Amino acid sequence: MKQKSDHHLFVAYKRQLSHEKKVVLLWQFSILILFIGLWEIASRFYWIDPLLFSSPSRIIQLLIQKLTDGSIITHVEFTLFETILGFIIGTAGGIIIATLLWSSRRFSNVMDPYLVIMNAMPKVALGPIIIVALGPGLVSIITMGAIISVIITSLVVYSAFNEVDPNYEKVLKSFGASRWQCFKEAIFPATIPAIISTFKVNVGLSWVGVIVGEFLVSKQGLGYLIIYGFQVFDFSLVMASLVLIAIFAAIMYKVVEKIEAWLIKHST
Amino acid sequence: MSFLTLDHVSHHYFSKDSYTKAIDDISLSIEEGEFVSLLGPSGCGKSTILSIIAGIMKQTAGKVLLQDQLITDSKIPIGYMLQQDYLFPWKTILNNVLLGPKIYDTNSEETKTRALELLDEVGLHDVANQHPGALSGGMRQRAALVRTLINDPKIMLLDEPFSALDYQTKLRLEDLVSLQIKTYHKTTILVTHDIGEAIAMSDRIFIMHANPGSIDKVFEVPIELRNETPFLVRRHPKYQIIFDKVWDVLSKKETDSKVVPPTS
Ligand SMILES: Nc1ncnc2c1ncn2[C@@H]1O[C@H](COP(=O)(O)OP(=O)(O)OP(=O)(O)O)[C@@H](O)[C@H]1O
Ligand SMILES: [Mg+2]
Repeated sequence: MKQKSDHHLFVAYKRQLSHEKKVVLLWQFSILILFIGLWEIASRFYWIDPLLFSSPSRIIQLLIQKLTDGSIITHVEFTLFETILGFIIGTAGGIIIATLLWSSRRFSNVMDPYLVIMNAMPKVALGPIIIVALGPGLVSIITMGAIISVIITSLVVYSAFNEVDPNYEKVLKSFGASRWQCFKEAIFPATIPAIISTFKVNVGLSWVGVIVGEFLVSKQGLGYLIIYGFQVFDFSLVMASLVLIAIFAAIMYKVVEKIEAWLIKHST
Repeated sequence: MSFLTLDHVSHHYFSKDSYTKAIDDISLSIEEGEFVSLLGPSGCGKSTILSIIAGIMKQTAGKVLLQDQLITDSKIPIGYMLQQDYLFPWKTILNNVLLGPKIYDTNSEETKTRALELLDEVGLHDVANQHPGALSGGMRQRAALVRTLINDPKIMLLDEPFSALDYQTKLRLEDLVSLQIKTYHKTTILVTHDIGEAIAMSDRIFIMHANPGSIDKVFEVPIELRNETPFLVRRHPKYQIIFDKVWDVLSKKETDSKVVPPTS
């Protein structure tokens, strides 16, 4: 009897959970429909200037057309490639710099003021210089995507290295471990959660770097389409590009979240 | 010459705008197979002494000799057990135990078998493949004991290894550690706040005082007590007598240091 009523309570609890989930989903969906609907109506009745703000139906039309003739695919590929590479290089570079800083106290003391300046510097302001130095192409854009996250990653990871409980190192040193062995056995594994948490931030940053890079280089990619649409007054194109960016940025964020969960599970 | 000798050892901790003399001119010698305790108030430099013997820190003055060799030159394995177990949470118990062999580069099938044997001796065979998070405090401290024993250290340094445990677990672990140390004939230095623990486990007790840390008095534990297990020592008629003597020395020191405020 007792067992049974326990089970009933659990079932009721689960039912309540799934009900709440449904309500939330319904709200989320309604907001989306309402927003799109209002936008469409406002545009049709000229409450807003359809030339400037376009309308959902026009954006969808344009997207379908550009997707079927394939002309937008290359731009999407271009931007995705740059963002992923920028993210990887920025994150890996940050971890490597943090390791170098950790490996020599003197090096980290020497670098300290430079890191502070480079961190405070708005990285996108370096865009023109990067383009002059590396040429107006892929390399510059990827550099933009990477440089925007590399310094902050190295600072965050370096401080995480320093926060590892010194007693783990003590244990290793009592076995006569070298500094490198201490790093490999204690410092790095203890810091993995902190490193993983920089991933999500860096994905967002890489998008910023890449889109600004494409604004400046103006050859290809979704950032280029935005600038181009703006210049020829085709705001449906601008909006369509924004929609694509939103979709792919969200997908990438989710993927990184999945990778993060997997890494946390397999590193502990 | 003794097994381990500290010859006029001092240590200072330096910081940007001050320094602390943690221990001052400590000389002591310990024979092979002996079990000694360092007993004294917080901050009297007990952990500092152990860290120096373990070779984790270098003293600022004096010499430490292990088997007539400077400790910094010798490659003799030392077993250092800390107040908390400091098992690495991302490694399994077995891999934690095999950490020393990995660093010494003596990892082999044999060491693995030996590790499992030792884990079995302390009743941890079944959890060898679990992570430390899944174990109780007492089990973790036993795993930490095995982690030091596997390297066959010439000398064991125990820095309050039982202080984070509940009383019953502590008593049980005292017996276990004492048994293991006797079985493998280890020379041992135990740091503790607990007078009873010092009497129950050791052959000699060094009583220290702080500011700066130095040795006050050395107690010999009577031979009858040495051969008993720690648990039985606590019930021995002579135990209370020794306890009172040690207590007197310690409390006298405390009132002394109140009269003469420490200068640093
Ligand atoms: N890393 C450090 N930097 C500066 N001072 C230190 C450091 N470690 C210890 N000290 C100082 O040295 C003195 C001795 O410290 P130690 O840790 O050896 O004492 P202890 O006897 O082990 O104390 P406890 O019983 O609390 O563990 C203390 O006054 C302490 O403040
Ligand atoms: Mg201590």
